[in-house]
Amino acid sequence: MSTPFLSVRDLRVHFSTHDGVVKAVDGLSFDLEKGRTLGIVGESGSGKSVTNMAILGLHDPRNTTMDGEILLDGKELITAGERELEELRGNKMSMIFQDALASLSPYHTIGAQIAETYRKHTGASKKEARARAVEMLRRVGIPQPDIRVDDYPHQFSGGMRQRAMIAMALVCDPELLIADEPTTALDVTVQAQIMDLLKDLQQEFGTAIIFITHDLGVIADIADDVLVMYGGRCVEKGSKKEVLNTPEHPYTLGLLGSMPSLDGPVDVPLSPIPGAPPSLLNPPSGCRFHPRCSFAEQVPGGLCSTERPTLEITDGRGSACHLTPGQKRELFADHAPARTN
Amino acid sequence: MLRFLIRRTLGAAVILLIISALVFVLFYAAPRDPARIACGKVCTPETLALVKKNLGIDHPLPVQYWDWLKGLFVGRDYTSFGHCDAPCLGYSFQNREPVLSTILDRFPATISLALGSSVVFLVFGIGTGMLAAVKQGKALDKVASSASLIASSMQIYVVGVFATYLLVDQLHWLDRANYTPFTSDPVGWAQGLLVPWLVLSLIFTANYTRMTRSQMVESMSEDYVRTARAKGLSRRTVFFRFAWRGAMGPIITIFGLDLGTLLGGAIITEQTFSIQGLGRLSVKAVSTNDLPMLLGVVLVAAAAIVVFNIVVDAVYALIDPRVRLA
Repeated sequence: MSTPFLSVRDLRVHFSTHDGVVKAVDGLSFDLEKGRTLGIVGESGSGKSVTNMAILGLHDPRNTTMDGEILLDGKELITAGERELEELRGNKMSMIFQDALASLSPYHTIGAQIAETYRKHTGASKKEARARAVEMLRRVGIPQPDIRVDDYPHQFSGGMRQRAMIAMALVCDPELLIADEPTTALDVTVQAQIMDLLKDLQQEFGTAIIFITHDLGVIADIADDVLVMYGGRCVEKGSKKEVLNTPEHPYTLGLLGSMPSLDGPVDVPLSPIPGAPPSLLNPPSGCRFHPRCSFAEQVPGGLCSTERPTLEITDGRGSACHLTPGQKRELFADHAPARTN
Repeated sequence: MLRFLIRRTLGAAVILLIISALVFVLFYAAPRDPARIACGKVCTPETLALVKKNLGIDHPLPVQYWDWLKGLFVGRDYTSFGHCDAPCLGYSFQNREPVLSTILDRFPATISLALGSSVVFLVFGIGTGMLAAVKQGKALDKVASSASLIASSMQIYVVGVFATYLLVDQLHWLDRANYTPFTSDPVGWAQGLLVPWLVLSLIFTANYTRMTRSQMVESMSEDYVRTARAKGLSRRTVFFRFAWRGAMGPIITIFGLDLGTLLGGAIITEQTFSIQGLGRLSVKAVSTNDLPMLLGVVLVAAAAIVVFNIVVDAVYALIDPRVRLA
């Protein structure tokens, strides 16, 4: 088997703070092929964004230690120099951020911000870069792009800003696109448009996409594969169907249970996961989810609080849980079945 | 832009009008009578009346204010001094010279002091602040931060005297402070002002270092700065084109106010170094009950602050497209 386009192996991202070392990502591995979309799900602070900032090398080296391996098209990124990374950023790999208003510079026009990326990586003239910016804005569906190109971000609506952000990320035809909750701040109709846009662009260019979200509905719409993160680790991985229809980890089950269903009866109460996300300064022993897990006592010998469950992956499918497959079938059966097609 | 300027200029005129009226009222609220002082030891009621007439203060207060105001626009005739062309700020009670020409005579010294020290403290303050922001938490940052805290708590009348003693009297490195007009001797102008510039800058530099550092640290953690890095732009480009752009606004605002204040006369600095600028003029006007002079100096100082406020607002709109002038 050839090496995957993006391969992350045993990634560890630790931040040193005044209070101690925060293990934001603690041994994460995954692969991604071109033309595929990987959805990364998890609560706030589960390490989703940190992982992707690490791929782009955007963490502050002064307080961050990174270990493991990130191979993009065979090139190791963790040990790469700043210059090499600058060459790749915005060019071969690029990123869309959640809050487009805060993430776009208020001091420069939309066109200038798009053109800047293009000029940096292609050495195009100002005129060419501007024409490219207009073309990109047209492609992401901004009306009258030749006029709007000179607008500032605050003159755009929320949905248009996110489109402009996507135009900026795609201006150099990146092979890897990381979308960090790009639709979270948008209303649902705009959200659907943005996701359609991403899907179209992926079809056209065969881009590999990492889509970070805490919204399983969005995952059901856009992802091919799903990786569920909890407390800086991967707790479950598989195809979208597998993870959403037959979850193998109590945390995934909990996430599905806390999502309202439109198909089922409306008066079924949601079952949120009790407790709060774990502290990464002082994470729980054993399985990091055990203090919140309603099945922890089903595992004999209090194993959940003492031993870290290993993540066994077979054919891209697996989970990190001490429960046996038989126990899961039995215990998970009572819970609301997920729905996806 | 034009509407903004017109509106603000009208506003400025109103402010200056109010200030001049306040100075007028406050001056006459003071117990000392300028005519009585000018009249001398042997003062009969007749001579007192004559002195009052000569000084132009023989009418009731509102009339006097009106005369003064009118003088600004159409000029004014004095019995003892003759005609005073518009804009007429009146004659000094003390030295019997036109106020305007005295102010124009002293203003260059104040401007030189203000502009020269501004250049020094902007360059050093912003430069050190940027370095401290880049080296955040490192030794250089700690040294710069604590040094600026110490410097900003210094006082000019202490540092000024000490600097003169050390740099001029003992080491003979620099010239004693004095003002030579730039037009007659540019080198002498700079040499004579170097010590006051450095001393005045010391305190301001410290403030600008601290402000630049904190603004830069804040703007470097902005999302759009991260985006700029994610686009593949170099650290340097991101630092100057994005982070600095965001940090500039507050710094310019404060600078506008500081410059306005400095142009109104750095009273303590001028006093410390015996430089004949607006600051000393205002001290003298107060101590000699010289109303026309005091009015003139206060108006110039107020005008400087008001004008630089307008300039700051206009510049702010240039820096930040989200700010609209209206």
